[in-house]
Amino acid sequence: MSKSAQQPEMLSGGEMLCRALHDEGVEYVYGYPGGSVLHIYDALHQQSKIKHILVRHEQAATHMADAYARATGKAGVVLVTSGPGATNAITGIATAYMDSIPMVCITGQVMSHLIGGDAFQETDMVGLSRPVVKHNMQVKNPADIPAMIKKAFYIAESGRPGPVVIDIPKDMTMPNEKFPYAYPDRVKMRSYNPVKKGHSGQIRKAVNMIMQAKKPVVYAGGGVILGKASEQLTKFAKALNLPVTNTLMGLGGFPGTDPQFIGMLGMHGSYESNMAMHNADVIVCIGARLDDRCTNNTSKFCPDAKLIHIDIDPTSISKTVMADLPIVGPVRSVLTEMIEQIEQSSQSMDDEAIDQWWQQIEQWRARHGGRYRTDDSEKMKPQYVIETLHKVTQGDAYVCSDVGQHQMFAAQYYKFDKPNRWINSGGLGTMGFGLPAAMGVQLNFPEDHVFCVTGEGSIQMNIQELSTCKQYGLPVKILCLNNGYLGMVRQWQDMNYESRYSHSYLDSLPDFAKLAESYGHVGIVVNKAEELEDKLKEAMEIRDRVVFIDVRIDPEEHVYPMQVPNGSMCDMFLSKTERT
Amino acid sequence: MRHILSVLMENESGALARLVGLFAQRGYNIDSLNVAPTDDESLSRLTLVTRGDEQVIEQITKQLNKLVEVVKVVDLSDGEHVERGLMLVKVRATGAQREEVKRSADIFRAQIIDVSPLTYTIMVTGDEGKLDAFIEALAGTTILEVARTGVSGVARGDKVLSL
Repeated sequence: MSKSAQQPEMLSGGEMLCRALHDEGVEYVYGYPGGSVLHIYDALHQQSKIKHILVRHEQAATHMADAYARATGKAGVVLVTSGPGATNAITGIATAYMDSIPMVCITGQVMSHLIGGDAFQETDMVGLSRPVVKHNMQVKNPADIPAMIKKAFYIAESGRPGPVVIDIPKDMTMPNEKFPYAYPDRVKMRSYNPVKKGHSGQIRKAVNMIMQAKKPVVYAGGGVILGKASEQLTKFAKALNLPVTNTLMGLGGFPGTDPQFIGMLGMHGSYESNMAMHNADVIVCIGARLDDRCTNNTSKFCPDAKLIHIDIDPTSISKTVMADLPIVGPVRSVLTEMIEQIEQSSQSMDDEAIDQWWQQIEQWRARHGGRYRTDDSEKMKPQYVIETLHKVTQGDAYVCSDVGQHQMFAAQYYKFDKPNRWINSGGLGTMGFGLPAAMGVQLNFPEDHVFCVTGEGSIQMNIQELSTCKQYGLPVKILCLNNGYLGMVRQWQDMNYESRYSHSYLDSLPDFAKLAESYGHVGIVVNKAEELEDKLKEAMEIRDRVVFIDVRIDPEEHVYPMQVPNGSMCDMFLSKTERT
Repeated sequence: MRHILSVLMENESGALARLVGLFAQRGYNIDSLNVAPTDDESLSRLTLVTRGDEQVIEQITKQLNKLVEVVKVVDLSDGEHVERGLMLVKVRATGAQREEVKRSADIFRAQIIDVSPLTYTIMVTGDEGKLDAFIEALAGTTILEVARTGVSGVARGDKVLSL
């Protein structure tokens, strides 16, 4: 708030909204206009501080804002109209909610006096969004707008982050109704106080438990990325020579090329990580929520392990698997305290036991270790495509994935050494996420290489955004692993439905390269493995345009390892012919 | 096991819907629910009776605490407490039944608060067991209508739920 003694500036609701967003530090708003937000759009037009990105479908706006948040940790901002604008945004809001991504979504609403009367483009957005937001609110008085914006950002970004919806009836933004504007410095709420620090006694007990472990595993999730704790996680694991596995959301939280990294865990986790989890005696779960894609059958989950569970959200603890030692707190502060205690501790690990444990893990790693068959087909393997992508980008690109087999291959074969570089819809599994996500990242990181790894199924769920890319000159690289099938659906049909491919074949595919060219982008088709590296390099040289790289891959390929349904962590199919 | 949760929350529009929605979304059950503003008008107090094992009740309590409008949650069943509900029963009361119903009401320290030539309306307060027992005691009577609140409760002694 400015401390000047001048009279406060008088602004309309729409103007206050724009000003408050600027005062919050927002640069971009992603949105689509419509009747209920026209006053806001008019206010936007008359200022230059907030830049608006016009998408082609509201869902894309939410994913752009979401990906910005995933890459930076700051809440992305969405602006959409009432009714269909708001409902189109729901999928993106739910996507952010499931992955705890901070987002502020401003939705227009019909005039206050029309609410409840089934007015044109009216939906109860507060009611509709309630199950998929961290919080939502409706503006009842235009003068409240600055404080509500402040509160929305505070709630979205603090504690366990999440999306917040602000529903604004049109009459709250009337251009000729002015109110004194002041942006609050901070928010105080008696009913919302996220925890700032873990319980020291619990932390001491946890350190003791870890020090006595003979077969420890660190299982780290998206909370490490959201909590900006990858440095602390790495230091902690290094201090005690602990093996680290990441969840899908946690990739990059610990360096993927580090020898202490044993791969992703869970349904499509590495053989060595799932074996290590199953045989562990102490599991340190950090910022992860033991969801069904990670634990397999919880009654068979890690039978010999004591579970230490560190999370900022108490509801994540003992929700699916009972924790033996819960610590509620921000992972960064808890890990910092743990590192201090380890450094001061007179205890040391049982080095001999840890050596043996590592030998065992290395044996597991040697048995499977992320290999895939290349002798069963002439066709290009999707794993090879991702390995090549990793090679040509030197592991340093932003990889924004869609949902399906390609997502799992990217997670398995692109080794992320840095946090915030792997951007995918983990919890909700939203097809169509990848392209708008890549656009959101590219806009905010214009110098970086941003790849959208996708399939011919997912890309068509938001392909209209090729137009937005053109409008704003966003040179994202679309790497489409095209196998002509909904690959993951087909895999399940192979494994569980005797290869009855019920609606998993996408007939009538467009010529993607030509489609991209029709927007003025560049299209490249890759049919042979030996051409791939050069074509990818060629694509990376093009810094001012979208390149759509349509890679024709082996349609028969499955993602392995794959846990056996309802089994324990160590029950896995390792290939079409082998299982544990 | 039956638990009585007392919740202090912001008296704001949508807060109750959010709380009830939580129970529906997560498959928790609500036996009864009672809500009204407190002496501080900015706060509502909600008393909710639910069932579940310890793990479920722990999750419910944590999930309630996570709602942005919820200020405090207490499980009254953790300690000594008093609980009361209120029930209004309209019965057919003619002939000999009129005296009989009056006697039952007296035994339960219930009050007849409305009288017509054919009916009595009886108000009775107590815990859920007593209210159930009163209904049973009226077995020989024609019950026309029952309106019952959920229970409200407070901890016994010095313990208070406030800001």
